[in-house]
Amino acid sequence: MKSIIRNFWSLLTIISTIALIGSANAADPLKVGFVYVGPIGDHGWTYEHDRSRLAIEKAFGSKVKTTYLEKIPEGPDAERAIQQLARTDHDIIFTTSFGFMNPTIKVAKKFPKIKFEHATGFKRAENVSTYSARFYEGRHIIGLIAGKMTKTNTIGYIASFPIPEVVRGINAAYLAAKSVNPAIKFKIVWVNTWFDPGKEADAANALIAQGADILMQHTDSPAAMQVAEKKGIFAFGQASNMKAFGPNAQLTSIINNWAPYCISRVKAVMDGAWKSQDTWDGIGPSMVAISKFSEQIPADVRSMAGKARDAIAAGTLHPFTGPINKQDGSPWLKAEEIAPDGDLAGMNFYVEGVEGALPK
Amino acid sequence: MIRLEARNQTSRTLLFWSPILAVGITVIAGTIMFALLGKAPIRAIAIIFLEPLGDIFSIAEIVVKATPLILIAVGLSFGFKAGIWNIGAEGQFTIGALSGGSVALALYQIDGAWVLPLMCLAGAVGGMLWAAIPAFLKTRYNANEILVSLMLTYVAVLLLSALVHGPLKDPDGMNFPESRIFHDAATLPILIEGTRAHVGFVTAIVAVAISWLVLSRHIFGYQIKVLGQSQRAARFGGFNEKHVTWICLMISGGLAGLAGLFEAAGPVGQLVPALPVGYGFTAIIVAFLGRLNPLGILLGGFVMALTYIGGESAQIELNLPSAVTGVFQGMLLFFLLGIDVLANYKIRMTQPLSRKLSE
Amino acid sequence: MDLLILILQGIIVAATPLVFAAIGELVVERAGVLNLGVEGMMILGAVSGFAITLESGSILIGIVSAALAGGAAALLFGILTQLLLSNQVATGLALTIFGLGLSALLGQGYSGATVMALEKIHITVLSDIPILGAIIFSYDPLIYLSFGLTGCVAWFLAKTRAGLILRAVGENHDAAHALGYGVVKIRLAALVFGGACAGIGGAYLSIVQTPFWVEDMTSGRGWIALAIVVFSTWHPGRALLGAYLFGGVTVVQLHVQGLGVDIQAQVLSMLPYIVTIIVLVMISRDTLRAKLNAPACLNKSFFASS
Repeated sequence: MKSIIRNFWSLLTIISTIALIGSANAADPLKVGFVYVGPIGDHGWTYEHDRSRLAIEKAFGSKVKTTYLEKIPEGPDAERAIQQLARTDHDIIFTTSFGFMNPTIKVAKKFPKIKFEHATGFKRAENVSTYSARFYEGRHIIGLIAGKMTKTNTIGYIASFPIPEVVRGINAAYLAAKSVNPAIKFKIVWVNTWFDPGKEADAANALIAQGADILMQHTDSPAAMQVAEKKGIFAFGQASNMKAFGPNAQLTSIINNWAPYCISRVKAVMDGAWKSQDTWDGIGPSMVAISKFSEQIPADVRSMAGKARDAIAAGTLHPFTGPINKQDGSPWLKAEEIAPDGDLAGMNFYVEGVEGALPK
Repeated sequence: MIRLEARNQTSRTLLFWSPILAVGITVIAGTIMFALLGKAPIRAIAIIFLEPLGDIFSIAEIVVKATPLILIAVGLSFGFKAGIWNIGAEGQFTIGALSGGSVALALYQIDGAWVLPLMCLAGAVGGMLWAAIPAFLKTRYNANEILVSLMLTYVAVLLLSALVHGPLKDPDGMNFPESRIFHDAATLPILIEGTRAHVGFVTAIVAVAISWLVLSRHIFGYQIKVLGQSQRAARFGGFNEKHVTWICLMISGGLAGLAGLFEAAGPVGQLVPALPVGYGFTAIIVAFLGRLNPLGILLGGFVMALTYIGGESAQIELNLPSAVTGVFQGMLLFFLLGIDVLANYKIRMTQPLSRKLSE
Repeated sequence: MDLLILILQGIIVAATPLVFAAIGELVVERAGVLNLGVEGMMILGAVSGFAITLESGSILIGIVSAALAGGAAALLFGILTQLLLSNQVATGLALTIFGLGLSALLGQGYSGATVMALEKIHITVLSDIPILGAIIFSYDPLIYLSFGLTGCVAWFLAKTRAGLILRAVGENHDAAHALGYGVVKIRLAALVFGGACAGIGGAYLSIVQTPFWVEDMTSGRGWIALAIVVFSTWHPGRALLGAYLFGGVTVVQLHVQGLGVDIQAQVLSMLPYIVTIIVLVMISRDTLRAKLNAPACLNKSFFASS
């Protein structure tokens, strides 16, 4: 019995050694790694990042080999996951959640030759770039549409965590809605999660019960869209196109379109032209995409929204253009003043008119 | 009919062989699963079980992952032997990280060799205080410790989240919910240069050694065994059940708290809401894999850690979804837990009663 | 008033998965078994319920499959803990890990799909009663099933002979065995029932509340169900109330925010757990009364030595 087991183990060892040698040979294509915080099937944040991975495969064919690690929590495991990719000879590694910032920096120090791309963070290094999208530009568009289309003058907003990106989104949507509808009111509910379909649906129901007839969300599941569809009201999709979940309810979706950026960065590595940089792109370079406007939107509103979209893309319109006061009435931007990126990046206040206190 | 018959004494041979048998069956079941998924089955098994043992980085990562599991499981084994079910180690872990981490943040950029020991103390005491709640409610009011400690886990995780979103938030962190990064004097020394294996592992080994001595040589080890077998016998034996309850919960709470602090001051280096990733629960399984024996727990912790690291390798090399790791772990645990029956019971084919009588 | 009704309706919908899972686990615990794998059984129910509804086009078949899936998972737990006498706590935790993994694996092809949600049923006359009609008679059939289930289980445990035997098994398995009851068989039956209920609870999420499938969509609701069982002191009616309390805190917290009241969400979320601990202390304080409540053999393996 003992010898059988010993033989079995030695057999396994031999097989694994052969397997290892086999895998070491195919080192030709550029290896691209992705670390995801959620499952690729979340139909939101991670789903869109994974689409950019697939776009890379499509664009470069056999010249690249992509790998991903999904469902990596933003805790003690993150650093190992990133390092696992680094030590398996990946040439460029995308770490796609804010909580991977410090682990990415740590691993990057140990692997100076590997390029790292961290999404939504603010720490960079020689071999670490950061990239994020100006989602607030999209929020300006949906704010305009919502302001025009609401009958109850009440917009329900499902928010995740009070980080600058989310606060920026609320402010941008509010200012735009207010500009076309001075009576507008935003009801904001913080669910303290990026992803809990049940809770997001509860929040949507609560907001509708309180009079909201259009929903906006900054959480990742299509739950709120489904609730809107069922209740016969309108909603805006977030992260990915959610039309399948609300064929009548969806007015448009703000889509995180990472593919062009990711492809350009992989190309840069191939060409030896990769440099550390901070990218914060919006509708212009189509990192933020606006899905097709619904037929439910009146033609004049559609054309207004379309014009705003084109103006933002062309750089002639900035969603945060003064005069804007903070919630407490203190001035933030003077007339015609455009918000500096620094202010936007660390935004931790509501603008004047938004009700309620920002959670601390 | 097949039936079980209790052995007078746990079979030592089977105690040793049953985990190996379980691993063997898991390998077979895993082979079938991987084949069904269309992946080279033997290669997949080799990647999960063997490849992580082949280089220093992976071994160090196994150590990192095994450290909290072993520390917590060793602490829990005392109570489990005595029939005291602390299943809220996750909460004690969280509070340990929170209290020890708060010390690090309060002493931010104050250097001194005493900073880290103070943090460890705060972490252990934090875990003990959190475990003191079920201990007190159990001994004073007879409240079931399984349920109280489980409830307190949620409270602890929410408390961490509330504080990291609030007072402990990094002032220069752009309002993101995480604390400052601990400064160097508040970070655990590393065992092997270039890896994340930290001195917490040494502590875990020491805990294993001391527990082994206490359980096999000290009167307390004997007391908890008696208490676990029969409360009445314990009372006749003249030792205080309440004392044993308190001591067991303090040991498990303290070690879980320490493990939490080690995670915060070691691999993570700051307080983040996602710090508790279920070690407190996984450690319960580890405790049973190790049959509540400190040396067994040491081994069980490594096996468990191995499957995590191996699972990630399998994702990278074979494009397997992360879900496969969970299924694989689940199977391994089921087989291990199920096969244990062989060590404690004999399988007998019994005859119907009537035939027995006629003989 | 309208808002109040809507809040109440919201609570009942949010709490229904918890009701199913908690009632099921309650029966299991009454039989003296602690199955910590509720989360694993719920998520298996969620994935199979969704997938089968999508494939078959029938919600009924979907829900039945969810119950079967949950029951099968519970049977696995039962074989390990009752026949092979493995430790219940460890096996339950292993079941959760296994269920989360297996469901994610099975559900891979289903991300992005959606099914028609179960509709509310309108009961003539009753649904039109002002206020009361809206609060009690305006739901989908599964919610009525949860009401009915609670009633049946309460009746079964309190009034029937089989219920009495089940409780006896949970109170003192040695005595029950001596009286000739098949302890193991009864516990297996209770476990399968509990698993089926948990499966339906999971399916309520993936078919009714948010009709799509995504990994980990139960988000810890199985654990809350365990808390509710304790809160209820093992009484079905109180479990229903407990589920509404836990569901209520979530929903009310969202409403309170919408109304602009400033309370930290985490603090509010802690409340039900703390209340549960207090309830537990209250019912356990008096040893005599505690005996009337908690099943004495909870989490103890049964081994017939004769």
